Amino acid sequence: MNYIEKHPKLIQFIFLLVIFFTICFLVSPSETNILWRLPSLFAGVPLVINNFAEYLMYDWMLIEIYDPELEEYEDSALVKEITRSFSRSVLFCIEVIRDILLGGVKTIVAFTSWDFVKENQWAVWPALPWTLVASGVMLLGYALKGKGLALFAGFATVYIAVFGQWEPAMETLSFVLIAAPTSCLLGLLFGVLAYKNRTVEATLMPLLNIAQTMPHFSYLVPVMVFFGVGDHAGAIATIIFATPPMIRLTLLGLKGVAPEVVEAGMMNGCNNIQLMFKVLIPTARRDILIGINQVIMQCLAMAVIASFIGAKGLGFNLLLALNQLRIGQALELGICIVLIAVVLDKLSLAWANKQTDYFADLSFIQKHKYGFYFLALILFTIMCAYLGSIIFADGINYLYLIPHNRGITTELFWQSGVDWMVDNWYHGLQGFNTALIVKVLMPMKAAFLGMPVSATFVLMMGLGYIIGGTKSALTVGGFLLFIALTEWWDRALITAYMTTFGVIVSVIIGVTVGSLCAQTSFTSKAILLVCDTFQTFPSFIYLIPVIMLFGVTDTSVLIAVIVYSTIPATRYTVEGLRNVPQSLQDAGSMSGVNRMQRWLKIEMPLAFPHIMLGINQTVIFALFMVIIGAMIGTDDLGQYILKALSDKNGIGNGLMLGLCVAFIGLAVDHLIHTWADQRKLILGLK
Amino acid sequence: MKILKRNIAAAALSMTLASTGGQVFAQDSNKPIVIPTHNWSSQVVMAYVIGGIFETMGNSVEYVPADTQAVYEAIRNGDVTISHEVWQSTFGASFYNAMAKGGIIDAGTHAAMTLEEMGVPQYVIDDNLCPGLPNWEALKNCPEVFATADSGGKGRWLEGPQSWHGDQMPERIAGLGLDDKYMVKFAGSADALWAELASAKKDGRGVITFNWTPNFTDAEGFVFIEFPEYFDGCRVGDGGDGACGSPKGWLKKAANYKFPKTHPAAYTAFSKISFTSTDIGQMAALVDVDKMSHQDAAKAWLAAHEDVWKPFTQ
Repeated sequence: MNYIEKHPKLIQFIFLLVIFFTICFLVSPSETNILWRLPSLFAGVPLVINNFAEYLMYDWMLIEIYDPELEEYEDSALVKEITRSFSRSVLFCIEVIRDILLGGVKTIVAFTSWDFVKENQWAVWPALPWTLVASGVMLLGYALKGKGLALFAGFATVYIAVFGQWEPAMETLSFVLIAAPTSCLLGLLFGVLAYKNRTVEATLMPLLNIAQTMPHFSYLVPVMVFFGVGDHAGAIATIIFATPPMIRLTLLGLKGVAPEVVEAGMMNGCNNIQLMFKVLIPTARRDILIGINQVIMQCLAMAVIASFIGAKGLGFNLLLALNQLRIGQALELGICIVLIAVVLDKLSLAWANKQTDYFADLSFIQKHKYGFYFLALILFTIMCAYLGSIIFADGINYLYLIPHNRGITTELFWQSGVDWMVDNWYHGLQGFNTALIVKVLMPMKAAFLGMPVSATFVLMMGLGYIIGGTKSALTVGGFLLFIALTEWWDRALITAYMTTFGVIVSVIIGVTVGSLCAQTSFTSKAILLVCDTFQTFPSFIYLIPVIMLFGVTDTSVLIAVIVYSTIPATRYTVEGLRNVPQSLQDAGSMSGVNRMQRWLKIEMPLAFPHIMLGINQTVIFALFMVIIGAMIGTDDLGQYILKALSDKNGIGNGLMLGLCVAFIGLAVDHLIHTWADQRKLILGLK
Repeated sequence: MKILKRNIAAAALSMTLASTGGQVFAQDSNKPIVIPTHNWSSQVVMAYVIGGIFETMGNSVEYVPADTQAVYEAIRNGDVTISHEVWQSTFGASFYNAMAKGGIIDAGTHAAMTLEEMGVPQYVIDDNLCPGLPNWEALKNCPEVFATADSGGKGRWLEGPQSWHGDQMPERIAGLGLDDKYMVKFAGSADALWAELASAKKDGRGVITFNWTPNFTDAEGFVFIEFPEYFDGCRVGDGGDGACGSPKGWLKKAANYKFPKTHPAAYTAFSKISFTSTDIGQMAALVDVDKMSHQDAAKAWLAAHEDVWKPFTQ
């Protein structure tokens, strides 16, 4: 009795499960039974969206455009002209940077014409020698932080050059250098607007939720139709992907500024703009910096996906290498992506953390010493490049640009590693693979597909009710209803089954590893570094070895899912456990707890809300990876999203399918967030 | 309204003008021809080969990576100028969808005939894993050779992504009466097919996959299964029972509708370009077998086969 009173929710939950299973037994599977599957009322929506987009893009507000190539007027839709001129300006920015880094004629063409460039062969912008970029980045690192960063930046750039990936790396860099700052600025702007205005915040939040849970594949087609194919489309898709976390973290940071600080600013007579830029933003710096870190990570995580719609660079070469099963080469490219991410992240962090010394009384030369060093570097490296052109007179000038695939390579080593793995492990793993598929995965899939729609609703809405009352029940029900009314409910169930399996395993691994690593500060730092690396390391690379070992099966997809989605579970566990206040640890020690007791009774309960947020992220990561798993071969929503790339109703199908995935994520997100907030309140953490 | 439209037109015009020059006619525009690159070797090398041919004619070219299915939408919109490898059964649908919307034209067909069909690696025949292959009837006797962990005891056909030919293969299995012995698994990408082939080869196990020729797998040996011959109307979609193989398919070239007007000379050459299976095989082999970079492979091929491509430009 006492136990029941202590845990009323547990009883409710058991009661819910009883009803759930009763419905499962009672409802018979038949397509006409509305309790089994809802009719797909939304089946026509993709076509409507599609027709609307096409109307907007090709037929609405026709204007006459003069085509100088054909010397005639043509009808073109207004929206198309607007989006295309926007594309052109983005492309122009990317090409300016690319011309500076790699040389070329695009910038000159933009100001003159192709005819001009053709007639004047001298009009070519020379590339910066790679030695200059490398030493320049080192100097920047030194100026911002010191020797450590300079050494790391030097290592990264030299690695990229020596491995012959200089050109693709600079191509990738040139669109990241546009996408990342734009995302940061947009994020900051919208974050500030949302902070100032409640209406903006209220409209922005649901959009952010969707943008962050929608798989990136699903908006590739719309981006391509509206903005065309090329680096600009890649940059625009990247911006859509990378801005939301920046907005969120800016808002979080601004909201966390203590009112005393704001008042101090006002007392000093700040006007609104001064208040924002001199008081609020600097105070909220910690969160905003995490936002910038996230933007950079997301931008490089998109490097591969962006190449589906025309971004040149490392991502495209990586896909090409994978298609030839050259895993070693793909790995080297992947490492370049990670290195660029880490260098950019560290540099931006160092720049933001640099304090201005207002009282230093420096001479002109001292003040600008780095500028002078840089000038010296320019002279020196250009001389080197010139010398190079004499030394390597009839070959490749290694001191100017090292062309693609002319560097050293460790491909053979990795390739033989993969071969060795397949030779020696394949048979051993087959028993495991078959057992897993036959004993666990197939029954689990059948169970998910055997769930009547009414039972799913009862279970999820009931969970919502137990956790957050009627409001949560309705929210979750609304998300599910949308999916149930599309024609893809069965596909969504398969996605749900794979995600569930992936999340369960990832959380078990993540929490265990996280707890072990959180014991000392050294291992915590090390594991967080591993997490950062795997988050930017393109997941496509390990798809291939996994297929070689486990075949085109659900096992392969799930292993890829688990590798990727263990990252947030581990990260948040480490952070949660490390942030348990020292005083509570000491109090525990004084009461004589042993290590196990301290972990179980003090650290875990206190860190639990934070770990729950990690699990929330795990769900989102798992959903993303299940969708990318479609590249291996699945029959879930992901396969249809990939298919949307060639569908007649591609825009509509892609967006609707993306929303289905987003809503699965949001339903889980809602439940976990509500619950974590309640726990925090109870524990006095909020 | 009319005036407003004119104004907008003028504004938009000045924007477009910013990136283009005036004059042009009769001779090719100096604007670069945009050639898409996809993620398989022969296509990328051929992109550089065709780009190289255009360059010898004094045109400038530009390469842009693009998705294989989405590229037709891009050509239609003028973001990409041409596509030089339109495979009948895999991209035919996307190509004709885009053509129905307007803006993309058929620029002729390569001499190479393509075949896209289910098949087995050469060693499956050599080791006699399933006696009687490549005749399809042999499949009836050895489903267990092709069974996998998730095939439920049946033999497995590893088909390409569903976006390539929909349910054609499951329908064929049913039409041939093999459905109690075989099932179809859709791979997610071409990469998945190659990974499975590579893994199966190491192990020496039997595997039936979708594949095509000309392809880099030709070099290692790949045998297509001989199904009952294709005839019009045998597919389920056309009212038949689906019990037939794939037809020999065409390999077409596509172009944006403005291309003949902006680059008349280049377009004429492009429409004449016609590579044979041997040409395509050579291009792929330079990369896949000789491990050259794609650009170098294209240069090497152009240098060695002037007799093949020079006539296209005249």
